[in-house]
Amino acid sequence: MTSSQALTLSASGLTRKYGNNIAAKNVSIDLYKGQIVGLLGPNGAGKSTTMKMITGNLAPSEGGVQICGIDLIEKPLDAKAKIGYLPEIPPLYKELRVDEYLTLAARLHRVASKKVSEAVNKAEERVGVTHMRRRLIGSLSKGYQQRVGIAQAIIHEPEVIILDEPTVGLDPNQILEIRDLIRQLGNEHSVILSTHILQEVEAICDRVQILHHGSVVFNDAISGLRQFRAGKTIQAGFRTPPDLVELQTALPDTVCSIVRNGVFRIQASSSEDPTSTIVRKSVECSWNLYELSGAQASVEEVFAELTKQSS
Amino acid sequence: MIFTIAHKELKSMFSSPLAWVVLAFVQGVIAYVFIGSLNGFLIAQAQLARTPNAAGLTEIAIVPMFGVGQMLLLMSIPLLTMRLISEEKRNQTMAFLISAPISMTQIIVGKFLAMATFLFLILLLIACMALSVTAGGTIDSGLLIANLIGLFLLGISFAAIGIYISCLTTHPVVAAILSLAVFLGLWIINLASSNPESWLNVVSLLKRFEGFMNGFVGIADVAYFLVITCFFLVLSIRRLDSERLRA
Repeated sequence: MTSSQALTLSASGLTRKYGNNIAAKNVSIDLYKGQIVGLLGPNGAGKSTTMKMITGNLAPSEGGVQICGIDLIEKPLDAKAKIGYLPEIPPLYKELRVDEYLTLAARLHRVASKKVSEAVNKAEERVGVTHMRRRLIGSLSKGYQQRVGIAQAIIHEPEVIILDEPTVGLDPNQILEIRDLIRQLGNEHSVILSTHILQEVEAICDRVQILHHGSVVFNDAISGLRQFRAGKTIQAGFRTPPDLVELQTALPDTVCSIVRNGVFRIQASSSEDPTSTIVRKSVECSWNLYELSGAQASVEEVFAELTKQSS
Repeated sequence: MIFTIAHKELKSMFSSPLAWVVLAFVQGVIAYVFIGSLNGFLIAQAQLARTPNAAGLTEIAIVPMFGVGQMLLLMSIPLLTMRLISEEKRNQTMAFLISAPISMTQIIVGKFLAMATFLFLILLLIACMALSVTAGGTIDSGLLIANLIGLFLLGISFAAIGIYISCLTTHPVVAAILSLAVFLGLWIINLASSNPESWLNVVSLLKRFEGFMNGFVGIADVAYFLVITCFFLVLSIRRLDSERLRA
C-alpha cells in the first residue's frame, strides 16, 4: 500500500492469553482507507478475539492498537468514536423499535443532535430497512436484524468498520446484498471483516489474513491467495476409471485422491504440470477422459497447507 | 451521554410489564396503608384532642406510608435492578455499549439515574397522596419533606447495591435473589439491634432511615447514604472495567 493512503488502523503484536490458553498470538493488522481486509480462519482461530481487542471490548495481554493514530488504551473514547463494530451476535435491544435503536446508536457515537435523524434515515436506506423502521427489533427476521446490526456500525460514518461474520445465517439473496453493501462501504471507509468462508473473502476483500490457532499464517493481497489456491491441483473425470492404486502408479509424481465415482483430484508433487501425462495415460489405458479442470483447493486444503508450512 | 443512557434504560424498563406492575403494586399497598391510617386518625381524632402532646395528623396518617415504603422498596428494587447489567451481558448488548465512545462511568451512572427517576416517581405519588390531606387539614410539611428525603436516599442506596450485584452475574434472576438476600440481611440486622449502642446500628441502612421518619434530617445520615451509594457505584464501574481485562 502506498504511504499516501491514510492508515486508519494499526494493530501490532496483539496477544491474548487465558491462563495457559493462548487465544491470539502476535496478531498484527494494518488497515488503510478504502481497503477491505478479511480475517479468515476456522472456528476457534482467534478472529473474534482479535476483533474484540481491536474494538476495546477485550484488553490484550500484549500489544497495542491505534485508530487513526489515536491509541486505544490512552484515549479510548476518542479512538472508539472512529470505530463501528458489529459483533458475532448483533447487539440489538429487542424491545426497541428500529428507529429508536438507531437514534440511540447515533447519539452514543457522538453524532451531532441536529444531524441524528438525517444519519438514521441514511443508515436505514443503505441497509434497506426503511420500510421496517417502526417495527420492534424483536419482531424482525434474522436477516433484517443483521442489517440493523450493520446499520448501527455505520451510522456515524466511522473511519474503521469492523464486522464479525456479517453474513452468517443469512439466505443466499441476503448474502449477496450484504456483500454489495460491504463493497460500497469499503470504498468510502475501511473495513475489517471476519469469516470462515473462503469465497466471501475472495469476493469482497483486497487483503486477507488467515488465522490458525491464534496466529497469522498468511498475510497477503487477494491475488496472492488466488495464486496459492490455484496451485498444482487438477481434477480429472474418467468414464471408465481405473482404481486409485492403478492411477497413482501411472502418475508417480503426484498425489491422487478420489472426489467421487470416476472423478479424481490429482496434486502434483513436483513443479511439473501433470496435465499432459494424464491425457497420455488416459488414451493409452482407455480411461476415457471427459473432464479436466484446474481444481481450486478447498478451504480445508488451504489451511492444511498453511499450517503444515507454519509448524 | 448519561442522559441518553438513562433515557434508553427508562424506555426499556417501561416497555416490559415489570416496571408497571411494581409501580402499581407499591402504589396500591401504600395507598391502602394511607387510607387505613387516615381512617384511624379520624376515628381517634376526638380522643387525641384531649391528650396532651399527642401525635399529629402527619405522624399518624402520613408517616406510616413511609414505614411500609421502605419494606416495599426492599422487595421491589431487586426486581428492577436485576436486569440492568446482567441482561446486557446475557443478550450480548454489552459490546454495543463498550465499543461506543462512552466510559464505564457514564454507563453505570446513566443506569443509576434511570433508577433514581423511577424512585422519584414513587415518591411523587406518595407526596400527592400526602398533600391531598391538606384539603381537610394542615400537615407538618417539614416532617413530610424529611420522610421524602430519607426514603429517596434509602432507595438510591438500595439501587446502587442492586446495580453492583447485577454486575456480578449474567442471570437477572440470580441478581434479584442476591439483592433480596442482602436487603433482607440488612432488615434482620435492623431487628436484631435493639441495643442502641450496638455496632450493628452503624451498618444498618434501615436504622438510619428511622431518624428521617422522625423528621430529623441529620447530616451524618445523609452523608452515610450518599457514601454507600457512591461506594457501590464505584465498585460497579471497577467491576465492569475488570471484566474487559478478564473477559
